[in-house]
Amino acid sequence: MRKQILIWSLALAAVAVLGLSASTQAQVTSNQEQQWLNTPAATSHIGNLTGHAKDAAMTYRRYCVVCHGPIGDGNGESAQWVDPKPRDFTSAVFKCRSTPTGTLPTDEDLFNTIARGLDRSVMPPWNTFTKQERADLVAWIKHFSPRWQTEKPGPPIEVPAEPEITAERVKAGLDVYARVQCWKCHGVEGKANGPSASTLQDDLGRPILPYNFAEGGRFKCGTTDQDLYKIFMTGLDGTPMPSFSDNIKPEEAWDLVFYLRSLQPSPSKAKQLAKQLGLKPVNPNATPQ
Amino acid sequence: MKTSHTRKFAVLCTAFALLSTGSVLLGKKVSAAGSGSITGTVKLTGTAPHMKGIDMSKDPYCAGQHTSDPAKMENVVVGSDGAVQNVVLYITDGLQGADASAVPSDQPKFDQKGCMYQPHVLVVDVGQKFQVTTSDQTTHNIHPLPAPGSGNIGWNKSQPPGAPPIISDWKAPEPISVKCNIHPWMHGWHVVVKGPYAITDASGNYTLKGLPPGSYTVTAWQEEYGTQTQKVTVAAGAPAKADFAFKAK
Repeated sequence: MRKQILIWSLALAAVAVLGLSASTQAQVTSNQEQQWLNTPAATSHIGNLTGHAKDAAMTYRRYCVVCHGPIGDGNGESAQWVDPKPRDFTSAVFKCRSTPTGTLPTDEDLFNTIARGLDRSVMPPWNTFTKQERADLVAWIKHFSPRWQTEKPGPPIEVPAEPEITAERVKAGLDVYARVQCWKCHGVEGKANGPSASTLQDDLGRPILPYNFAEGGRFKCGTTDQDLYKIFMTGLDGTPMPSFSDNIKPEEAWDLVFYLRSLQPSPSKAKQLAKQLGLKPVNPNATPQ
Repeated sequence: MKTSHTRKFAVLCTAFALLSTGSVLLGKKVSAAGSGSITGTVKLTGTAPHMKGIDMSKDPYCAGQHTSDPAKMENVVVGSDGAVQNVVLYITDGLQGADASAVPSDQPKFDQKGCMYQPHVLVVDVGQKFQVTTSDQTTHNIHPLPAPGSGNIGWNKSQPPGAPPIISDWKAPEPISVKCNIHPWMHGWHVVVKGPYAITDASGNYTLKGLPPGSYTVTAWQEEYGTQTQKVTVAAGAPAKADFAFKAK
């Protein structure tokens, strides 16, 4: 009799444990998600790493859901206090890409953004995650938009090897800055005070500031010269920053990178060369009328 | 009896051959064999809304293009007698097979001129290529904003003075809002439809061409007043008539 009671209580305990784990599972993923998690699309590939979406559900729920929301639409419970707004994964529009405007980013782009965080936003660098956890999260993020099932990431913008910086190149960069009129938003001295700066809006119709070179904060999409090159060739989708890839040739793009570096406050070869040349800011009135 | 059938068949064949040769020879905009059309006028009842003037002083180049003829908003362009310009007419029901899927081969232009869009409303078929061009000596960015999940994907490209045209197309029917972030007053539309389309001129007139005889639902779209529909029967020979009236808010 006593033995029977023991067996029954053990069985009950087992059922309870099973039931509990099943209910946690149900909270994290819906049936539809469960189905999708078993498809090959539910992975990400970063170098030799393979991320599995099914392994990221708990991480997402613990660290990301408060801003990005349970369905990834950027409407988490803290989103109302956040500006700029958390990314809406359901539309799959991302600022930091290596791919042309209007295309999906690569897995590596998303992987890097998670670790880097986004300066001047609430998104911190999540470098506390292991690489595997980040890869898993990339796979998870991709399940919020159907675009990942019908589209491939765009072909990454090619960044040619960085040439030697010269005074001529810094000067030529100023000419590009004048010709394509970066100053309309970023200002003639890169102080984010161009004539159009005050009226800029993001795709959600919210006010947004252009990058202030003179302040010299970290770029949102990476701090290297290569990252800077990519920003104006890909554009920052979802913001007013367009792609200039049709109108800036690769060699001109490097000239522009050098000139932009000279606008930042930190000491650099570019800054030194600009000073030696006595470069004056763009004269907006000198542009063709 | 048999011979008359054969003769009928031969006549039909010849007619079809002639028609198809004709449509290949004429063959631009309308690849469907339809010879019928719908024509009409779109009017506004009530007082036309005031279109605000645009202050372009932040960009002296733009302001300089409108010294003699000040620029105004173009949300509702009303001519004499209440005629509404820039209303898009298209078929939402009744088109079949090839008539519905034929895509025009010409590439309409969406130009940036005097820091305004010309035309203010560009109509294209699904999959029809169009060109975004600039006539201005100031940098624009072209930023179409399709609704998420519409099947169209937005993009954002710059066009400095002298930039080459951007050639693109849209994948799904939808009115797409287009803007320039550098010049916040610049706002236009890419209206993507499936099948034949027309847009009203300054007198509010339109003609939808290339329709085979049959019954259709015609939809009229205006950016402020939304859509209206009418059922229209098209017969061979004479154009069918469908006038629309939007009510001022």
